[in-house]
Amino acid sequence: MTIMKNLTLGTAFAALGATSALAGGHACAEGRVSIVGNEFPAIQSVAAAALECAGDTAEANLTADHQKINVAGMTGNPAEYTTAIVANSSIVALINEDVIRSLDDLVAEHGADIPQQQLITVDGKVMAVAFMANAQHLVYREDVLEQIGADVPTSYEDVLAAAQQIREAGIMEHPVGGAYAAGWNLAQEFTNMYIGTGGEFFKPGTAEVSINNEKGVEALEMMKALSEYMNPDFLTHDSNATSAEWEAGNVALMNMWGSRTGVLMDDEGSAPEVYENTKVSGPLTVGDSGVPATTLWWDGWTVAKNISDEDAVATFKAMKAGSSPDILNDETMSQAVWLMEGFQPQEVNEGVLASVAAGSAPYPMVPFQGLLHTALGDNIADYLQGNESAEQTLADIEAAYTAAARENGFLQ
Amino acid sequence: MSVATRRPLSIRFLATSFLMLWLIMAAFPFLWTLWGSFKVEGDFFSKADWANSIFGTLTQVETGGSFTDDGYYGAWVQEEFWRAAFNTAIVCICVVTISLTCGTLAGYALSRSTYRYAFWLLLFALIFRAMPPITLVSGYLLPFFEWNLWGHLSTTIIVLVAINQPFTLWMLHSFFKNIPKDLDESAMVDGCTRFQAFRHVIIPVMWPGVITTGLFSFLLAYNDFAVTSMLLAKENHTMVPKIASFLGTTQTKGNVMFAVAAVVSVTAPLFVMILFFQRQIVSGLTAGAVKG
Amino acid sequence: MKHSTFFWFVFPSVLLMIAFIALPIVSVVTQSLYSKHEQVIIVVENCGPFGCTQSTTVDQAATEALRAEEPLGKWAGLDIYKDRNHLAVNEVASAWVNSDGLPDFGRTLMNLPFYSAMAFTLTYTAVVTPLTIILGFFIAIAVNSVARRLRGPTIFFSLLPMIVTPLVGSLILFWMVDARGILGTGLQWLTNDPSLSVKASTPLMWAMLMVYGVWHSAPFAFIVYYAGLQTVNTDTLEAAMIDGASRWERIRYVVIPHLVPLTTFIALIQLMDNFRVFEPIVSFAAAAHATSLSYAIFNDLGGETRLLSSAAATSVLTIIFVAILLSPVLVRTWRDFGTQK
Repeated sequence: MTIMKNLTLGTAFAALGATSALAGGHACAEGRVSIVGNEFPAIQSVAAAALECAGDTAEANLTADHQKINVAGMTGNPAEYTTAIVANSSIVALINEDVIRSLDDLVAEHGADIPQQQLITVDGKVMAVAFMANAQHLVYREDVLEQIGADVPTSYEDVLAAAQQIREAGIMEHPVGGAYAAGWNLAQEFTNMYIGTGGEFFKPGTAEVSINNEKGVEALEMMKALSEYMNPDFLTHDSNATSAEWEAGNVALMNMWGSRTGVLMDDEGSAPEVYENTKVSGPLTVGDSGVPATTLWWDGWTVAKNISDEDAVATFKAMKAGSSPDILNDETMSQAVWLMEGFQPQEVNEGVLASVAAGSAPYPMVPFQGLLHTALGDNIADYLQGNESAEQTLADIEAAYTAAARENGFLQ
Repeated sequence: MSVATRRPLSIRFLATSFLMLWLIMAAFPFLWTLWGSFKVEGDFFSKADWANSIFGTLTQVETGGSFTDDGYYGAWVQEEFWRAAFNTAIVCICVVTISLTCGTLAGYALSRSTYRYAFWLLLFALIFRAMPPITLVSGYLLPFFEWNLWGHLSTTIIVLVAINQPFTLWMLHSFFKNIPKDLDESAMVDGCTRFQAFRHVIIPVMWPGVITTGLFSFLLAYNDFAVTSMLLAKENHTMVPKIASFLGTTQTKGNVMFAVAAVVSVTAPLFVMILFFQRQIVSGLTAGAVKG
Repeated sequence: MKHSTFFWFVFPSVLLMIAFIALPIVSVVTQSLYSKHEQVIIVVENCGPFGCTQSTTVDQAATEALRAEEPLGKWAGLDIYKDRNHLAVNEVASAWVNSDGLPDFGRTLMNLPFYSAMAFTLTYTAVVTPLTIILGFFIAIAVNSVARRLRGPTIFFSLLPMIVTPLVGSLILFWMVDARGILGTGLQWLTNDPSLSVKASTPLMWAMLMVYGVWHSAPFAFIVYYAGLQTVNTDTLEAAMIDGASRWERIRYVVIPHLVPLTTFIALIQLMDNFRVFEPIVSFAAAAHATSLSYAIFNDLGGETRLLSSAAATSVLTIIFVAILLSPVLVRTWRDFGTQK
């Protein structure tokens, strides 16, 4: 009941905010606003609305390289960027370097109407406000599954069985797809799979890695089993290339980003039999742990630490306007799975929503997860190519991570 | 043609067929891209069947014709690629001018000095060039943000000039070494200062070598990605980082055809430029621009 | 030339190089000798749209104190150079003791990131540099025999591999060599092996990277040689001909000696650039099969947590190796300088 009340209040406030913004001609916030973030359409929409609120002097630098410049751009005093739009993996670097401020006071004063579920808290302190969600989940070809008479897979074991049938029926030679390009993508797939086996990346409360166990081996073995049904070039296929394979009609089952399914289901880039039969489903499981083998992602905004209080307030107000329910319209509705009130899910969003509903784990917001991710991306290919044993690969990953963590002060 | 350069038929045939083979190898990927830039993405990738990229099967389905200019329209009109082209023009002109001005002065001095320190300067310039640019660039970020230099075209221009100085120095140094010393020294005997001798005697004869070096500077500024993508704010992006931004990210699809169309259009002005400057490239190097 | 005149002539250029290259190198070397402070880690509860989880975070207050004590970081000396992700001194030593036989030792060595990167980098440099020079030389000779009015377009097309933006140029080639692309299909047809895929096999991937390397840098060697050919003394050639020198002898004894200084220059630049091979590895997504030192730096700087000291150490190692590679050429230049006085 209180939630309902809050929401109505929130909408009322938002409406008020919008009216005053219109009435004032510009500027719903006085002060310097400068945004850095990634460049995909959903973030473009948020930044555009925030800039409209902040007036003519505000700037946005939206680029795929945002992660390489945001720490440097927020370290100076005053910081070049008053806000960075980040995801749960990249906020960690900002927290580690201590360049973003706690939003507690700002939320209390100016953001009481932001729904609790959008607030990202670390140790009880609000550090970011999330506005969209993303996850990887199953994408499948309805017609192919019908042909072999299989149900929609819910586990990777089902995927392997279906893939076997599809190959035997001579429909496709390489029916499974996946973004297994060595580097970030491959590490992400392992992270999904390892979480799916119920494994823990680190010894609790420490930076000591602990993936060289039977769960790590299980995750690697499942990845290798899947790769047998993938195009032989799988180690060079990033999510772009995997989607291209899908559109060419060469793949029937894959684990893919929810944010990319929209373009797979539209009528561009593929034959009608492909896009009409492209369907999404929830996350897959592996083994009997019951944990979905996927990670949940959010994108949200932060406020820089090294700026004046006035600028922080202006930035907070502008970004709040940028991620308010008001930005949802016919054009922006389909750009993402928005976390704001008033978002109407569409067919393409079902996969992400199912992932959330299945209780999947968020991508770990751990200070040293990025180091492990890099070490994973560098070493897993050795195992998938059959150059060494799973245990050896896991040992290599642990050694590479340990050296890096030592250099960064996480381990002594 | 003099007697010495006349070739027997068999050698000519061999040379011609080798050249044809090389030209096909060199130009085919580009011509393929040119052809493909008028297709839709499905045909360009042609993951289903490579012949699609020739016949444009999907282009027919999606646009109704065998050719489409969607890529060009998207890149130039929708994504305002001309802004990036304009920025590139500024960057290239400034980089070439500044790096040649600094480079000719220093290159000339290096070629005329007989002291050991000139050699050490050249040596260090070479060692400097070994530094991987990405390390340099990531080192610039913090001070540039601190001093409010980040994101401007001017900063990027200076950085590109600096990074390119070692190459420019080496090339111009060897070039000036081939201009006889008597030229400027006799001018100095006549009462000119060193700078006057440089201005009135050396500058008139140095153009071929300078133009050649300038072309390499130009190509560096034109094609640079590491520096421009990291040091320029989005609105100041030059063409190459702009093209990279068409390629999409891990979680979202890009507009590959925009990138392909942009690459093709980026190459066109170079064609004109090479035709225009090819004589100078050759006459410049002819005067001995590059001697180790 | 007087010292003061020399100083003013080189001043702008040297100032630029000191500010933007020398000082950064100093800071990179310093960076490589320090590691980060100890980070105090605490367990906290993180909440967000997907519920709450127990997690770790850096205790900023406690870490701040350590940071204030040593602003540069913790002195590490050569530790970073010696750790597993670089020279791996301990790992190599123990592999030397424990391995049975050289092949086993080699395998252990190749499992270490630095040594496998070096293996590819050195092979690449050793193969691509001479091939580039040879191919460039023959293209130059061939273009030189083309009719004058066709030379403009011929030069343009010959330069194309160098001038098409490498970022996209290599991507396009990558699409073309895909098993379903036109070059990939062509290869399958040539070898009569329908399952052949360049991207799936390490040796083929290495070969493709090297072919790309030669293709991409041959134009540089070509244009330099082509220019050099314009100045070959025709009198000497004619004299050699009258003396009965065959065509090959004329190339061998007149043209090639004339081009030697140019070769030094090309070799210098190519050795350095090939040793820093980077772009094709990224564009061809070849990291599973081949890595290089530059790729390792890119990887260190591109992750969610940047490894500044590690990248700095690899950069310093790169400079040292380039200096070693170039030393023969540099010694030559030194001698040339000595004889000029």
